[in-house]
Amino acid sequence: MAVLQQDHQAARAGSAPRRITPLGVLYLVLFLLGLLAPWVAYPVFLMKILCFALFASAFNLLLGFVGLLSFGHAAFLATGAYITGFLLAEYPGLSPALGIVAGTLGAVVLGTLFGALAIRRQGIYFAMITLALAQMMFFFFIQAPFTHGEDGLHGVPRGELFGVFDLANNHTLYYFVFAIFVAAFALIRRVVHSPFGQVLKAIRENEPRAISLGYHTDAYKLVAFVLSAGLAGLAGATKTLVFQLASLGDASWHMSGEVILMTLLGGVGTLLGPLVGSGLVIGLQHQLAQSALGDWVSVILGAIFVVCVLSFRSGIIGECQRWIARRQQREDK
Amino acid sequence: MTMIFGIPLMVLFGQLMLGLINGAFYALLSLGLAVIFGLLRIINFAHGAQYMLGAFAALLGAQYLGLNYWAALIVVPLVVGALGIVVERLLLRRIQHLDHLYGLLLTFGLALIFEGTLVNLFGVSGSSYPIPEALSGGFKLSFMFLPTYRAWVLVAALVVCFGVWFLIERTRLGAYLRAGTENPELVQAFGINVPLMVSLTYGLGVALAAFAGVLAAPLYPVSPTMGSSLLIVVFAVVVIGGMGSILGAILTGLAMGLIEGLTKVFYPEAANTVIFVVMVMVLMLRPAGLFGKEA
Repeated sequence: MAVLQQDHQAARAGSAPRRITPLGVLYLVLFLLGLLAPWVAYPVFLMKILCFALFASAFNLLLGFVGLLSFGHAAFLATGAYITGFLLAEYPGLSPALGIVAGTLGAVVLGTLFGALAIRRQGIYFAMITLALAQMMFFFFIQAPFTHGEDGLHGVPRGELFGVFDLANNHTLYYFVFAIFVAAFALIRRVVHSPFGQVLKAIRENEPRAISLGYHTDAYKLVAFVLSAGLAGLAGATKTLVFQLASLGDASWHMSGEVILMTLLGGVGTLLGPLVGSGLVIGLQHQLAQSALGDWVSVILGAIFVVCVLSFRSGIIGECQRWIARRQQREDK
Repeated sequence: MTMIFGIPLMVLFGQLMLGLINGAFYALLSLGLAVIFGLLRIINFAHGAQYMLGAFAALLGAQYLGLNYWAALIVVPLVVGALGIVVERLLLRRIQHLDHLYGLLLTFGLALIFEGTLVNLFGVSGSSYPIPEALSGGFKLSFMFLPTYRAWVLVAALVVCFGVWFLIERTRLGAYLRAGTENPELVQAFGINVPLMVSLTYGLGVALAAFAGVLAAPLYPVSPTMGSSLLIVVFAVVVIGGMGSILGAILTGLAMGLIEGLTKVFYPEAANTVIFVVMVMVLMLRPAGLFGKEA
């Protein structure tokens, strides 16, 4: 016992002055880059990447850290987008922050319902159930009066944040979106490294064992699902503010597939992977749309899917981490 | 005109017939998914695309090669099934030792490739495939008009479904297949070529999808996106029925078609979503599916 305590104290003493780690430096550099980026690149494009990076991070929380493949995350993105879009368009004086909160809460409610249903089955069935539920929402959004069906919601006003910041200005909006993203990313990081996150990883590695250790895995899975759905809704709500538009494209199964690809390409189960993946996929789509290959986007995305699954399963960040780990091993020897 | 619940009887039976036809397609497709899942343990997301390829092959075969409907019904499943075997050999085999979710992702990528390519070549608007002459016209029954082609589709789909059921449940080859589902290593140890069996099984599942595609070509507009939305409904059907039983897949498919048809008569707004609603109810009451064995 005494030894354990000593170890514990030693561990604490070691981390107390908080050494500057390479990872910490990387985060700081990324943060500074994020602050400077809108003065170099087109802010709307950057905001699109941030929204999808948030969407992919939310998805990755489920696939990467609990091992649940949801094929229906578009439903939560679209729910957030439509609720925020509807509220801001119908009540012009409404604060955009409130609109986003409402959209996120809507996704949380939907996530609770869908999650409770989907976690009743495992593995492949879980994927099929989430896909089917999301398709049900797609048909709901086509028919519901407040979504304007095939046309979608156009010209959603961005409004003024806290009555001070005029979000019609792209740069102002960028910093708002950036703040949302950083907060959400910090939350995900906190969750993943918390004791709760450790239990999630235990479920991913071996669910029967986690159950035998006394964890109510279904409760953990549900909370993770709701969290992921809520963050996906937040991404959708923010996206509505950026593009002033909420449309059926957000709800389609293609969207659910795209977010899987972003996560897979960047690295499943890594925190930075979804950022890299979404940046690459959005950038690629943007480039292709302007080139002669514009019509082949979906074929190219499909091909990337196949290549990733066949020979690049750790994704970009995952491969980097493996490379660093190998190098450290060699140095230790 | 006879009415029932304020609905003309003709309309009711007409919609039930349409529902039964849809159900026959659900049955054919979920059967193929179940056959593939049984041995490969993957969900074939390219199933909808392969169904669409079947319809397109029939259409293009008729346009460029003069392939008639009856020949297409035999040749197209063979060709698309062979394509499936190539996919299995070249791609799926490489990931068979991995988590089965990767199979889902890989076939999803394939579906995007097939669908995207055909959209580029032929556009999204559908083309129509003529009903073969021998099957045009219809029967005038006392309570409804029954187009011959629809009756044929129902009969053909049922015959093929029960043929597959017989093959798997009642023949020696089917016994090997079921044994391979239970324990592939042991079956291999008995000297049965399991990798070949896996290839042929995938080919059979894909051929079933292509056969359904040919059957569907004269009924629905042939377009590159015809398979994807159908497939998601079929996924729901598979969740409802559970993939444990071949007969269960067939019965669930037909029943869901009928329920959809009935909903079209009594509450058309929900026709698109009723199968998903049934899925939700089944998940709440009997999560393993109606015919499912695993918990």
